[in-house]
Amino acid sequence: MTAVGLVLVGGGVFFMLTGAIGLIRFPDFYTRMHAAGKCDTLGSLLVLTGLAWYGGFVLASVKLLIVALFIFVTSPTATHAIARAAKRNDLAWWTREESR
Amino acid sequence: MSSSFFLGASSVILVAVLLSLYRVVRGPSIIDRIIGVNVIGTKTIAVIVLTGHLFDRVEFFIDIALLYALINFTGTLALSRYLESKGVLVKRSGAAP
Repeated sequence: MTAVGLVLVGGGVFFMLTGAIGLIRFPDFYTRMHAAGKCDTLGSLLVLTGLAWYGGFVLASVKLLIVALFIFVTSPTATHAIARAAKRNDLAWWTREESR
Repeated sequence: MSSSFFLGASSVILVAVLLSLYRVVRGPSIIDRIIGVNVIGTKTIAVIVLTGHLFDRVEFFIDIALLYALINFTGTLALSRYLESKGVLVKRSGAAP
Protein backbone atom coordinates (compact mmCIF):
# COMPACT_ATOMS: atom_id res chain seq x y z
CA MET A 1 0.00 0.00 0.00
CA THR A 2 2.98 2.33 0.37
CA ALA A 3 3.41 2.29 -3.43
CA VAL A 4 0.30 4.50 -3.78
CA GLY A 5 1.85 7.16 -1.55
CA LEU A 6 5.13 7.03 -3.42
CA VAL A 7 3.34 7.35 -6.76
CA LEU A 8 1.46 10.40 -5.44
CA VAL A 9 4.72 11.99 -4.26
CA GLY A 10 6.33 11.32 -7.64
CA GLY A 11 3.42 12.89 -9.47
CA GLY A 12 3.60 15.96 -7.25
CA VAL A 13 7.33 16.32 -7.89
CA PHE A 14 6.67 16.02 -11.64
CA PHE A 15 4.08 18.81 -11.50
CA MET A 16 6.42 21.04 -9.47
CA LEU A 17 9.23 20.60 -12.01
CA THR A 18 6.82 21.30 -14.88
CA GLY A 19 5.60 24.48 -13.20
CA ALA A 20 9.18 25.68 -12.67
CA ILE A 21 10.02 25.08 -16.35
CA GLY A 22 6.89 27.00 -17.33
CA LEU A 23 7.90 29.81 -14.99
CA ILE A 24 11.14 30.15 -16.94
CA ARG A 25 9.96 29.55 -20.49
CA PHE A 26 6.73 31.53 -20.82
CA PRO A 27 7.02 34.99 -22.42
CA ASP A 28 4.69 37.04 -20.27
CA PHE A 29 3.86 37.70 -16.65
CA TYR A 30 0.29 36.46 -16.93
CA THR A 31 1.24 33.24 -18.70
CA ARG A 32 4.01 32.67 -16.16
CA MET A 33 1.47 33.03 -13.39
CA HIS A 34 -0.81 30.58 -15.20
CA ALA A 35 1.97 27.98 -15.09
CA ALA A 36 3.17 28.75 -11.59
CA GLY A 37 -0.15 28.99 -9.76
CA LYS A 38 -1.85 25.84 -10.96
CA CYS A 39 1.16 23.51 -11.17
CA ASP A 40 2.42 24.60 -7.77
CA THR A 41 -0.94 24.12 -6.05
CA LEU A 42 -1.48 20.66 -7.54
CA GLY A 43 2.13 19.60 -6.93
CA SER A 44 2.24 20.49 -3.26
CA LEU A 45 -1.23 19.00 -2.77
CA LEU A 46 -0.13 15.70 -4.33
CA VAL A 47 3.12 15.57 -2.31
CA LEU A 48 1.39 16.24 1.01
CA THR A 49 -1.46 13.80 0.31
CA GLY A 50 1.01 11.11 -0.73
CA LEU A 51 3.05 11.58 2.44
CA ALA A 52 -0.13 11.41 4.53
CA TRP A 53 -1.05 8.14 2.78
CA TYR A 54 2.46 6.84 3.36
CA GLY A 55 2.30 7.63 7.09
CA GLY A 56 -0.93 5.77 7.74
CA PHE A 57 -3.53 6.56 10.41
CA VAL A 58 -1.53 8.70 12.83
CA LEU A 59 -1.83 12.26 14.06
CA ALA A 60 0.93 13.44 11.71
CA SER A 61 -1.15 12.41 8.69
CA VAL A 62 -4.10 14.47 9.94
CA LYS A 63 -1.77 17.45 10.33
CA LEU A 64 -0.43 16.86 6.82
CA LEU A 65 -3.97 16.87 5.43
CA ILE A 66 -4.65 20.10 7.32
CA VAL A 67 -1.54 21.69 5.73
CA ALA A 68 -2.70 20.41 2.31
CA LEU A 69 -6.16 21.93 2.84
CA PHE A 70 -4.57 25.23 3.89
CA ILE A 71 -2.40 25.34 0.77
CA PHE A 72 -5.39 24.37 -1.37
CA VAL A 73 -7.25 27.43 -0.08
CA THR A 74 -4.44 29.99 0.17
CA SER A 75 -2.31 29.39 -2.92
CA PRO A 76 -5.01 30.33 -5.48
CA THR A 77 -5.90 33.29 -3.26
CA ALA A 78 -2.31 34.57 -3.35
CA THR A 79 -2.15 34.07 -7.12
CA HIS A 80 -5.42 35.95 -7.52
CA ALA A 81 -4.15 38.85 -5.39
CA ILE A 82 -0.93 39.13 -7.44
CA ALA A 83 -2.89 39.01 -10.70
CA ARG A 84 -5.20 41.79 -9.46
CA ALA A 85 -2.18 43.89 -8.48
CA ALA A 86 -0.76 43.42 -11.97
CA LYS A 87 -4.05 44.28 -13.68
CA ARG A 88 -4.68 47.41 -11.65
CA ASN A 89 -1.22 48.67 -12.60
CA ASP A 90 -1.91 48.11 -16.32
CA LEU A 91 1.00 45.77 -16.79
CA ALA A 92 1.56 45.12 -20.49
CA TRP A 93 0.78 41.65 -21.74
CA TRP A 94 2.32 39.59 -24.50
CA THR A 95 0.99 39.75 -28.04
CA ARG A 96 2.01 37.74 -31.05
CA GLU A 97 3.59 40.72 -32.84
CA GLU A 98 6.09 41.28 -30.05
CA SER A 99 7.50 37.77 -30.27
CA ARG A 100 11.16 37.55 -31.13
CA MET B 1 14.21 2.06 -0.21
CA SER B 2 11.62 4.76 0.41
CA SER B 3 14.24 6.87 2.19
CA SER B 4 16.29 7.13 -0.99
CA PHE B 5 13.07 7.87 -2.89
CA PHE B 6 12.34 10.79 -0.57
CA LEU B 7 15.93 12.00 -0.99
CA GLY B 8 15.58 11.91 -4.77
CA ALA B 9 12.23 13.71 -4.62
CA SER B 10 13.77 16.43 -2.45
CA SER B 11 16.64 16.79 -4.93
CA VAL B 12 14.25 17.21 -7.87
CA ILE B 13 12.27 19.82 -5.91
CA LEU B 14 15.53 21.65 -5.17
CA VAL B 15 16.29 21.70 -8.91
CA ALA B 16 12.84 23.24 -9.44
CA VAL B 17 13.63 25.82 -6.72
CA LEU B 18 16.84 26.74 -8.57
CA LEU B 19 14.87 27.13 -11.81
CA SER B 20 12.42 29.43 -10.03
CA LEU B 21 15.31 31.39 -8.53
CA TYR B 22 16.34 32.31 -12.07
CA ARG B 23 13.01 34.09 -12.45
CA VAL B 24 13.50 35.87 -9.12
CA VAL B 25 16.95 37.14 -10.11
CA ARG B 26 16.27 37.95 -13.77
CA GLY B 27 12.59 38.94 -13.57
CA PRO B 28 11.74 41.89 -15.81
CA SER B 29 9.27 43.40 -13.36
CA ILE B 30 9.03 43.32 -9.58
CA ILE B 31 5.84 41.29 -9.72
CA ASP B 32 7.67 38.45 -11.48
CA ARG B 33 9.99 38.32 -8.51
CA ILE B 34 7.04 38.21 -6.12
CA ILE B 35 5.47 35.22 -7.82
CA GLY B 36 8.88 33.53 -7.95
CA VAL B 37 9.25 33.94 -4.21
CA ASN B 38 5.73 32.60 -3.70
CA VAL B 39 6.50 29.51 -5.80
CA ILE B 40 9.75 28.92 -3.90
CA GLY B 41 7.92 29.16 -0.58
CA THR B 42 5.31 26.62 -1.65
CA LYS B 43 8.06 24.21 -2.78
CA THR B 44 9.89 24.73 0.52
CA ILE B 45 6.88 23.39 2.44
CA ALA B 46 7.09 20.12 0.51
CA VAL B 47 10.86 19.94 1.09
CA ILE B 48 10.40 20.50 4.85
CA VAL B 49 7.87 17.67 5.12
CA LEU B 50 10.06 15.34 3.03
CA THR B 51 13.00 16.15 5.32
CA GLY B 52 10.86 15.22 8.30
CA HIS B 53 10.15 11.84 6.72
CA LEU B 54 13.87 11.38 6.08
CA PHE B 55 14.77 11.99 9.73
CA ASP B 56 11.72 10.16 11.21
CA ARG B 57 10.69 13.34 13.05
CA VAL B 58 7.54 14.15 11.11
CA GLU B 59 5.64 15.63 14.07
CA PHE B 60 8.15 18.43 14.57
CA PHE B 61 8.65 19.28 10.92
CA ILE B 62 4.93 19.51 10.13
CA ASP B 63 4.50 22.37 12.60
CA ILE B 64 7.39 24.19 10.92
CA ALA B 65 5.77 23.57 7.53
CA LEU B 66 2.41 24.93 8.71
CA LEU B 67 4.09 28.04 10.11
CA TYR B 68 6.01 28.50 6.87
CA ALA B 69 2.79 28.23 4.86
CA LEU B 70 1.19 30.93 7.04
CA ILE B 71 4.18 33.29 6.67
CA ASN B 72 4.38 32.70 2.91
CA PHE B 73 0.71 33.45 2.35
CA THR B 74 0.70 36.52 4.58
CA GLY B 75 3.83 37.97 2.99
CA THR B 76 2.60 37.46 -0.56
CA LEU B 77 -0.79 38.96 0.26
CA ALA B 78 0.78 41.98 1.97
CA LEU B 79 3.14 42.64 -0.96
CA SER B 80 0.39 42.34 -3.55
CA ARG B 81 -1.95 44.59 -1.56
CA TYR B 82 0.82 47.16 -1.27
CA LEU B 83 1.53 47.08 -5.00
CA GLU B 84 -2.15 47.37 -5.92
CA SER B 85 -2.18 51.15 -5.67
CA LYS B 86 -1.70 52.69 -9.08
CA GLY B 87 1.67 54.18 -9.93
CA VAL B 88 3.74 52.18 -7.46
CA LEU B 89 4.54 49.37 -9.86
CA VAL B 90 4.80 50.74 -13.40
CA LYS B 91 4.01 53.80 -15.47
CA ARG B 92 0.84 53.66 -17.52
CA SER B 93 2.82 53.00 -20.69
CA GLY B 94 3.52 49.51 -19.42
CA ALA B 95 7.29 49.74 -19.22
CA ALA B 96 8.62 47.39 -16.60
CA PRO B 97 10.64 49.02 -13.81
